Amino acid sequence: MTVEQLKNNLGLTYLCGESAAAEKEIEGCYCGDLLSWVMSRAEPGNVWLTVMGNINSIGVAVLADISCIILTENSVLDADAKARAQEQGVVILTTAENSYQLAAKISKLI
Amino acid sequence: MEPLKLHFDVSGSDFTCAGEASGNIKKALKEIGFSAALTRNVAIAVYEGEINMVIHGGGGQIDVEITPECISIVLADQGPGIPDIALAMQEGYSTAPENVRQLGFGAGMGLPNIKKYTDEMIIESEVGKGTTIRLKVFPQ
Repeated sequence: MTVEQLKNNLGLTYLCGESAAAEKEIEGCYCGDLLSWVMSRAEPGNVWLTVMGNINSIGVAVLADISCIILTENSVLDADAKARAQEQGVVILTTAENSYQLAAKISKLI
Repeated sequence: MEPLKLHFDVSGSDFTCAGEASGNIKKALKEIGFSAALTRNVAIAVYEGEINMVIHGGGGQIDVEITPECISIVLADQGPGIPDIALAMQEGYSTAPENVRQLGFGAGMGLPNIKKYTDEMIIESEVGKGTTIRLKVFPQ
């Protein structure tokens, strides 16, 4: 499943990077807000559910080969983080749901 | 083949720049043709080093030498040093201040992650003088 298909299935909203979403394949999902923990535990291709919308989250997503970031509970994406994400081609989506609710839905899709 | 040498200066207390060195190293390794897994591991280890330099070291320097047989990385800062290296290597032990934790760092995973993603790790640290971490990753 691609990020684009996941977005359409779950009714998520793009915050940036949508032009790359059709090419990004999803393999699994990881939830977490501690950046080093996520870098250490998330697998390449994971969808990453978090409330951390700062510039360092973008660095983590790029280095750990995350397929996309989904900011849960309408958490804020900082302006400098959005600029960095656009520069690096990171797909970021948003939802009002919390990480548990969204992860439960994702587990039925992938 | 002559080793490819890369040097980066990491500025202290600037989280927006952390990730530049690791991003550039990742790109270089990818272009040379190292595997995606090795490239990712090296990038994560260097990123953790960069973050440590920003949080604790007041900035520092990163030097990388790349050959087909070995990727050698030296992370050096002139910060306060690590009084107890064995304690600092424990997962979950952190001395990061609250403002850093609010950014999602300070989980006490930095040094353990560096060890996890490299084949050799040597820490030299002197209180009041700084810390140097020497890393090696062997592609084969």
